[in-house]
Amino acid sequence: MTDKLLKISDLDISLPEGSERNLAVENLTVDLSPGETLCIVGESGSGKSLTARALMGLLPAPHVRISKGKIEFCGEDLTKASDPRMRQIRGSEISMIFQEPMTALNPVMTIGVQIDEIFRFHVKMSQRERRLRAIELLEDVKLPDPEQIVAAYPHELSGGQRQRAMIAMALALEPKILIADEPTTALDVTTQAKILKLISDMQAIHKSGVLFITHDFGVVADIADRVAVMQYGRIVETGSVDKVLNKPEHRYTRALIASVPSLVPRAPRTRSDKIVLSTESIQKRFGGGKSFFGMGKPNRFVHAVKDVTLDLRSGETLGVVGESGSGKSTLARCIIRLMDSDSGKIMLDGVNICNLNRADMRPWRAKIQMVFQDPFASLNPRVKVGEIISQGPMIQGADRQTAQTRARELLEIVGLDVRAFNRYPHEFSGGQRQRIGIARALALDPEILMADEPVSALDVSIQAQILKLLDEIRERMNLSMVFITHDLRVAAQVCDRLAVMRYGEIVETGATREVFDAPQHSYTRELLAAVPGQKWDRQLAN
Amino acid sequence: MNRSSKILRYVSRRLLQGIPIILAIVVMNFFLLNLAEGDAVDVLAGEAGSATPEYMEEMRKKFGLDKPLTVQLAHYLKNVVQLDLGYSFRHDMQVTELIVDRFWPTLLLMVSTILLAVGFGVLLGLFAAVNLNTWKDAVVSVFALITYATPLFWVGLMMIILFSIKNDWFPTSGMENSAAFYEGFDRLKDIAHHLVLPTITLSLFYLALYTRMMRASMLEQYGQDYVITARAKGVSERRITFIHVLRNALLPVVTMAGVQVGALIGGSVIVESVFAWPGLGMLAFESLFARDLNLLLGIFLLSSGLVVAVNLVVDVIYCFLDPRIEVN
Repeated sequence: MTDKLLKISDLDISLPEGSERNLAVENLTVDLSPGETLCIVGESGSGKSLTARALMGLLPAPHVRISKGKIEFCGEDLTKASDPRMRQIRGSEISMIFQEPMTALNPVMTIGVQIDEIFRFHVKMSQRERRLRAIELLEDVKLPDPEQIVAAYPHELSGGQRQRAMIAMALALEPKILIADEPTTALDVTTQAKILKLISDMQAIHKSGVLFITHDFGVVADIADRVAVMQYGRIVETGSVDKVLNKPEHRYTRALIASVPSLVPRAPRTRSDKIVLSTESIQKRFGGGKSFFGMGKPNRFVHAVKDVTLDLRSGETLGVVGESGSGKSTLARCIIRLMDSDSGKIMLDGVNICNLNRADMRPWRAKIQMVFQDPFASLNPRVKVGEIISQGPMIQGADRQTAQTRARELLEIVGLDVRAFNRYPHEFSGGQRQRIGIARALALDPEILMADEPVSALDVSIQAQILKLLDEIRERMNLSMVFITHDLRVAAQVCDRLAVMRYGEIVETGATREVFDAPQHSYTRELLAAVPGQKWDRQLAN
Repeated sequence: MNRSSKILRYVSRRLLQGIPIILAIVVMNFFLLNLAEGDAVDVLAGEAGSATPEYMEEMRKKFGLDKPLTVQLAHYLKNVVQLDLGYSFRHDMQVTELIVDRFWPTLLLMVSTILLAVGFGVLLGLFAAVNLNTWKDAVVSVFALITYATPLFWVGLMMIILFSIKNDWFPTSGMENSAAFYEGFDRLKDIAHHLVLPTITLSLFYLALYTRMMRASMLEQYGQDYVITARAKGVSERRITFIHVLRNALLPVVTMAGVQVGALIGGSVIVESVFAWPGLGMLAFESLFARDLNLLLGIFLLSSGLVVAVNLVVDVIYCFLDPRIEVN
């Protein structure tokens, strides 16, 4: 067929010598028609992003390069195109949007100048015309007050607004192909829904082909026409969205789809009525520091946690859900006293731990432990794993021998080899590190586990494993858990009760099933409506 | 409120905040200097060859050195607030007058040094980063390494041997040829001629530092996501380097330059001694050995004021370079 926009055939991308594997992408063959959305799905390291880079001629030269195959764009082989020709194509005929709207824009240039560059380098237009076009574009992507945004710097916009500006930039010259590399991964779910809609609206107007790279099957279900699933640099399965999602053939595809948490909440468990932890109107403000000599106006402050009252019953998992900036992590840090709350009470076993000093707090620390979000940043890179795990009990007074024996036991419990004891954190993958983080928290025999987005940095198959592990441990050690997440799918599968947070306030609490079936607050409804892939969930359920 | 009036408010607030800082520095310097053994009277007596203890006592009384330290300090602070820095018995002159006299040569030397070091440092770093891993990059890096590792005074002496004694291109010392009685443009030319060697000597070390920093900073910025975005838009490499990357890469260099102005005054002591440059550095050096505390305190006061002022200037420049910095 000649009406294909893009035909990639037998593409190999080689990695520098000494890498984990020789080829980042192997034998990749895929095509794209006008007006079509092709999703490339895969976990991290599957080569999906490098494929996108290769199309743009933006591989990190000279180490990573195309070693075989053809990329035909409207009949022209891009692997043989000259640098000036590639520059001509980039931005005008093929354009790209990226994952991190925070870093993908130059922080010291206004949005206007950054959009302007596209016109400067591709078409002849007067400066006035270019400015007007930029404003038009910002209007098209539904940014409020485009006249002001033209003169704004990236840091003055929210994440969603920045991604809109990126899309405006990418669509400026009506490219034939739009490559979107995880464009919504860094965004909140409600913003994600809006950006996805914007992309498909824009596609309908411009009739461009969209190559959408993602790891999220919910997003795939919502926007794809066709799907290609990648694993270790190869496409393992490709086909229409209906076929791949509902009748997957390859083992890997099936495993991936099975790892996606269902939106249907799991059956509630029987629970006790004993309250192990409760908070009473916790408040936390940031900023508002005093200025020197009382000069200058008072600084802005953020009311991060507003009047939060919660209770956690023995053996249950309480989910705290909300979008970024809703104050859920701050709340967690206040509860375990990593941060002091301004006022309120935190009752643990009938004692208010809110005002205990460091020394008095120490015995209580063992009772309530935290699992952190970032498995890379939360383990000290210079300390061996065994040491990391046994440090806690030793601070609490256990002798070295006991603590280390316990650490070895725990490594086994969390599913790691005992030999991990003498290794450093960087030798482990993200999922393994999160297991280490869990072992570290368990070393103190806590009664309560505070899990702050423990799976959001992990691939979906690893995520499923960690969630399963947490579940097992909770049963085995009779833990009560506060589980903080932004992912309602995860919340549905993990939590017995939910508390929905927005702007530092809890807007709704209730049993997970009730919150999902009959949300009371309008914000909860909005959140639930924004979860991608709902139609697909319903298809699967039937 | 618009940006410029915001900045004006900010500057005036910072200037006010500088006052207690400078006063604190004065107090600290006062006690630190008095920790040293001996006073001006000891030195004067020593130089005179002999003096009776009674005569020395009398002199101490005359200079006010017999009073308790705290009283001396209170007296000194009172005078400082009235902008009177006291009297240098050594030079038989008002300290203020002495310092102001010697301040301009030092300022001239410092400004030309900073301009040279930052300007060429940025250019060389940029040049090395653009030509990464080529022989050009290697030459710049080796040059930077060598100058970084060479002591200041040695460079000064070698410069004099090479450019003044072997080849009579530049004068060996002083700020101008006072015997020639140049006026107007000729005098400027003469001063500039004298300025060349001290400036190069003093700036070499900083030049090397900024070259290395700029190179590293450029390379770091090249790896940022926004560079890929710019490439994906089809922007030319030239524009990416000079418009996108350069401005971001400058930020750490500007910060560093601001911090190092203080160190530069210290460095100028050596260079001024080597080249007999009639500046504050040399004056400080002399007054330290003469235990001329009034003069020394005056010089320190001036240099601390200078550091506070330069930091303020750097912060204001920063506001213009980086829109993320908010003035408040």
